Amino acid sequence: MQDTPPRTSTGPSRRRFLARAAALGCSAAASPLITPVTFAALPTDRRLVVIVLRGAMDGLDVLRPAGDPMLARHRTTLSGGEDAPALTDFHRMHPALVDLLPLWRAGELSFAQAVSTPYRDRRSHFDGQDLLENGGGAADGALTPGRDGWLNRVLALMPGATARSAFAVGRENLLLLSGTADTSQWAPDADLDLSPQARLLLSKVYAEDPLFARAAETAFELADLTDPGETMTANAARRARALAAFAAQQLRADARIAAFSITGWDTHIRQHQSLPRALGELQAAILTLKSELGAVWGDTAVLCLTEFGRTVRENGNRGTDHGTGGIAVFAGGALRGGAVHGAWPGLASGDLYQDRDLMPLADVRSYAAWAMRGLFGLERSDLEGQVFPGLDMGDDPRLIA
Amino acid sequence: MTTETQAIAAIRFGTGLGADQPPDGPGALIAQFSRRDPALAEQAPDLAARATMLVEHDAARALRKEQTQAGERAVKAADRKLRRTTTWDMRMHFARAVGSPLGFRERLAAFWTDHFTVEATGRMRTLLVPDLIRTAIRPHVGGRFGDMLADTVRHPAMLHYLNQNRSVGPNSRAGQRRGLGLNENLAREVLELHTLGVEGAYIQADVLGLAQLFTGMTLRERGFHFAPNWAEPGAETVLGRSYGGAEPAAWPEIRAALDDLAVHPDTARHLATKLIVHFVGAPAAPDYVAKIARAYLNAGGRLVPAYRALLEDDRAWNPTLAKAKTPFDFIVSGLRALKVDAGLLSRAKRRDLNGQILGPMAAMGQPLMRPAGPDGWPEDPRAWITPAGLAARVDWAGRSARRWGAETDPREFLQAALGPLAPPLLSRAAGGSETRAEGVALVLAAPAFNRR
Repeated sequence: MQDTPPRTSTGPSRRRFLARAAALGCSAAASPLITPVTFAALPTDRRLVVIVLRGAMDGLDVLRPAGDPMLARHRTTLSGGEDAPALTDFHRMHPALVDLLPLWRAGELSFAQAVSTPYRDRRSHFDGQDLLENGGGAADGALTPGRDGWLNRVLALMPGATARSAFAVGRENLLLLSGTADTSQWAPDADLDLSPQARLLLSKVYAEDPLFARAAETAFELADLTDPGETMTANAARRARALAAFAAQQLRADARIAAFSITGWDTHIRQHQSLPRALGELQAAILTLKSELGAVWGDTAVLCLTEFGRTVRENGNRGTDHGTGGIAVFAGGALRGGAVHGAWPGLASGDLYQDRDLMPLADVRSYAAWAMRGLFGLERSDLEGQVFPGLDMGDDPRLIA
Repeated sequence: MTTETQAIAAIRFGTGLGADQPPDGPGALIAQFSRRDPALAEQAPDLAARATMLVEHDAARALRKEQTQAGERAVKAADRKLRRTTTWDMRMHFARAVGSPLGFRERLAAFWTDHFTVEATGRMRTLLVPDLIRTAIRPHVGGRFGDMLADTVRHPAMLHYLNQNRSVGPNSRAGQRRGLGLNENLAREVLELHTLGVEGAYIQADVLGLAQLFTGMTLRERGFHFAPNWAEPGAETVLGRSYGGAEPAAWPEIRAALDDLAVHPDTARHLATKLIVHFVGAPAAPDYVAKIARAYLNAGGRLVPAYRALLEDDRAWNPTLAKAKTPFDFIVSGLRALKVDAGLLSRAKRRDLNGQILGPMAAMGQPLMRPAGPDGWPEDPRAWITPAGLAARVDWAGRSARRWGAETDPREFLQAALGPLAPPLLSRAAGGSETRAEGVALVLAAPAFNRR
């Protein structure tokens, strides 16, 4: 990039203004474009992180029902082995998550088994993910009339929520947080580089188009706030850590809710190679959240949700295909952890859904709903009526301490 | 002077206003299909040459395992060869889009490439996706959808991407002998994404039937190969029709099933909806969808009549720009407006290409040829105009204006780029910039230039 040399006659106003003003010693507040905003924190200390696991995580390989004798019959190369740490008399955990074992022992990790969204039979990633994020109850994947995200509806129920209370982290537009309540979005590696005059003119031009005005406002504001020391390139290997670190940075301040996604779960072939890569990212994200959140980790719950499970039987390529029942993973100091929640349907042929998938015994939304109730004290009637329309939350699994 | 119709034709249906004459309505846009695609005359390495490069690369790596030094040299040489080709591919991908006066045709090539998404990740697909575009998409953009479907489904990049090369009929010879089985991935996406659409009238049994019918299609030496020993014996049923018989089905039966899927009414509706949503915007009105679907079916699955039905409708010419350009379209139309010479692009160094185009495009949310899944790039403007995505557009606008627009008068640039669609406020703001480059950057970063 070529810089225009500063002209002494016009001084700082002509100087190229890095939007990361702190780096140049300019005060962001000096810019007439930035409305001073007071970021009133929500009246809660609890923090929530939702990680969407895109591609359908194979629950049976991550939380292995090692005590079920049928597992080895369905899976000849996958989900076996003694190197998988035992969590309970019945369950072992995939060895790629071994660094989460201390969390399990400390009561900061738990699972729900045999869960699914209400989505059935089509097994389309895209519809499945949309329904997971939308929170609706239609088996055909039809979204609720608002076509918004359930986490956005949670936000709408929280008094005092502002755009800075919830962050979608990363470059994608998360349906989970989309809707009428204002939220923020930022990627850890975004940058802005404008002169003050250009910024002024640009704001005027953007004011004519609400979509651009909203995006630009957040872009300007956040570019000023981001600590240049923490910029990261969107390197795939470091991506999960960067997303988690940025989420933690916001959660340490005024944000109470953050969400991002991790991909790579669609393990149709050679699952013993592909799944550990994705699990490595998930593990790195959880451990980064824990270390970066510091004392705040004790108030935090992390929900890791996926669109559906995978076939009980291994396919011809040492992988698994799209299925139904799966698991949800929970982490955080706010949990009553060290537990596997939910009943076990069994793996005998007659126990399976359509003779191919794990039979789901619980709606994964009920766990999310109880987490919202435990964390933020939301009313059951709101959760069953607005956040997850038509859901019967059932008994409290006591997910949150 | 550019008319409003010309501006909409170039911006909404083409690659933006540039140095060439803008089309003046539906007739001129449709006329772009009366000529052969000039891209097909380029001297591109063909599929066999690309497959050879990959096989040579495999051999070099095998050699490295035995003889470290000679192997290391061989791998480096093979790497260089691959890199020369991928650099050429990327240069030409941009040079073609920027330089072609047939903007509608270019946009449709991108549209169908997205419809048949293959992520160019990994050595093999990085090398093969450009060939898929050249040999399976481009020749059929003005032809029959069924031909495009057949050529993409059997292209090695697609077979590899959706795991068809790993799918074996459980009752085939290979399946019985080695205990191998089906992989439904390609069959499912052909029904869900490529033909009927997720709303289409198919059930799991049709996915299974098509997956069984597809068995036998695989790769050998990185090329298409039909392996009869892998094919599931017996007839398979898809949407109530039976394909194959006593002998295991082979390519002709697969082709017959694809031809039937291509002219299925649900496919027609799915394609019509996608065309409207892509070019005009969502939601697609049911009567508009029906009109295009009818034109497509009446023409036996030929695409140009469907394009004509799309264009010959008042809704296509609404002067409100509702959609957001994808990062690729934003950069291509930016380079056209800046009058960057396509010849320059076709000779660009890899480093410059990375720094000035590919890197920024990824920062805007669209790494070249690498969408996040087989459903391709999003259509919703909100997916692109995010804080981070917009910041990257502003950044590119600034750098590109300094690089290519520092001598350009911003008001003239605005007129050339948007014609009568230039908003008065933007015109005043462009004139009020401190430097010419900043004014040009402002136009490029403005909503009016980022929409279409």
